[in-house]
Amino acid sequence: MPRYFSEDHEWIDVDGEIGTVGITDYAQSQLGDITFVDLPEAGSNQSKGDAACVVDSVKAASDVYAPVGGTVSEANGALDSEPELVNTDPEGAGWLFKLTVGDAAELDALMDRAAYDAYVAGL
Amino acid sequence: MTDVNDSHDEFVEPETLTLPLDGWHRARDGRMVEFAGYWMPVQYNVEGGGIIAEHEWTRQSAGLFDVSHMGQLYLSGEGVEAALKAILPIDLATLKPFGPRYSMLLDEHGGVLDDLMVTRWSSGFYLVVNGATKWDDMAHLRENLPDDVNLMHLEDSALLALQGPKAFAALERVTTGEYPLSALTFMKGGQFKIAGVDAWISRSGYTGEDGFEIAIPAENAAEIADLICAQPEVKPIGLGARDSLRLEAGLPLYGHDLSPDHSPIDAQLLFTVGKRRRTEGGFLGSDRVLRDLAQGTPQKLVGLSLDGRQAAREGAEVYSGDQKVGVLTSGGFSPTLGHPIAMAYVDTALAVPGTALEIDVRGKRLAAVVTAMPFVAHRYHR
Repeated sequence: MPRYFSEDHEWIDVDGEIGTVGITDYAQSQLGDITFVDLPEAGSNQSKGDAACVVDSVKAASDVYAPVGGTVSEANGALDSEPELVNTDPEGAGWLFKLTVGDAAELDALMDRAAYDAYVAGL
Repeated sequence: MTDVNDSHDEFVEPETLTLPLDGWHRARDGRMVEFAGYWMPVQYNVEGGGIIAEHEWTRQSAGLFDVSHMGQLYLSGEGVEAALKAILPIDLATLKPFGPRYSMLLDEHGGVLDDLMVTRWSSGFYLVVNGATKWDDMAHLRENLPDDVNLMHLEDSALLALQGPKAFAALERVTTGEYPLSALTFMKGGQFKIAGVDAWISRSGYTGEDGFEIAIPAENAAEIADLICAQPEVKPIGLGARDSLRLEAGLPLYGHDLSPDHSPIDAQLLFTVGKRRRTEGGFLGSDRVLRDLAQGTPQKLVGLSLDGRQAAREGAEVYSGDQKVGVLTSGGFSPTLGHPIAMAYVDTALAVPGTALEIDVRGKRLAAVVTAMPFVAHRYHR
């Protein structure tokens, strides 16, 4: 299943029309210890680039942007009690939310892993 | 120094400076950020590093903080006692030698320019002021000191803080002196040697824990930091945990909880004004301080405890029903308590522990309760 990356350090896995969104390992390492995740509500509509979610670390609160537009179908409830999953497994159990992708063409603007890795290496 | 009349240089961003332990922090994978004009470690990117782990290590064992960005000043000369008495709100007559005392630098209107530690040495006074404000502090002091009083900036001195319940055990092992380190109780200081190097050590700090502040020559800072960190109780700790530790301890941070907009009275720091001086005045800004004492202030600094896990931060507005009653000056997640805490100036009528308030965070109202500080009990060695 293809995984795409944004310049804002979100990832999205696409399975059919459902995309699973999280932040990258680089993003979590920059944020530091995550203490709270303000997740979007199921049914809410997000446009590409909307601040869909807020990740609170000890240092600061940071927006997570929707890498593509869509309707949120599910939020990762495990993060309510274990927000540190975003630190320990950002690209796995620490996923943030799922959405029904509105326009698959928006995925074309995102990077694949090789391109993202090169992007991070250049930061 | 650049000429302030030279308009070409006026808007040039000053270069971020390095401290004596810059390379030492980088070698230990410190994540360096710009703070108070210097590169400083916010946390260490190592196993067992990170703000929460470093915070907990300090509360359980001992953490070494590099606070060399702070300004170390020495005032001496003819008339220094009277000159300092006219500036600081403490009762200088009760300041015994070698014991630091917490005090305030006030402007003529009673607003807080900085908080500081002042210690009487044999023939002068040793001051430790905040890093971001030290240049302004020196200008302010110079302006208010007679010419016969010398103001020296001890730029060649580094400053370390070793904090935590095991700080004493670790430091005692590497310290020699005319008397044992155990002779120091909270807010007492003395001259010792570490690795043969002269060190001014006081039993003080800004985490709420037992601990020490250690002034040493900058050229020896790395070897002494190495020696202290070689003790099994000790790990280096960054700025991130320093902030969360002092917030739990209910200790105000200059530039956030303290500013020229506030006096020591609305900041709830009456103890920094000597008892006699509360009636006699006679220090810079005393008119305002005495007036605030007599009449009260419209707002006061209070602690707030929040439910849940979402933190509220500096600048967030505090509400009682529909009415805005205050603003946060600090806020964050408390690793020790497992919920967020904050400091805020709120209307005096509401500045009572137990009062239920709300904080606006991104349009969402979070419940908060006014809480007596410290949030986490101090464990000073008195």
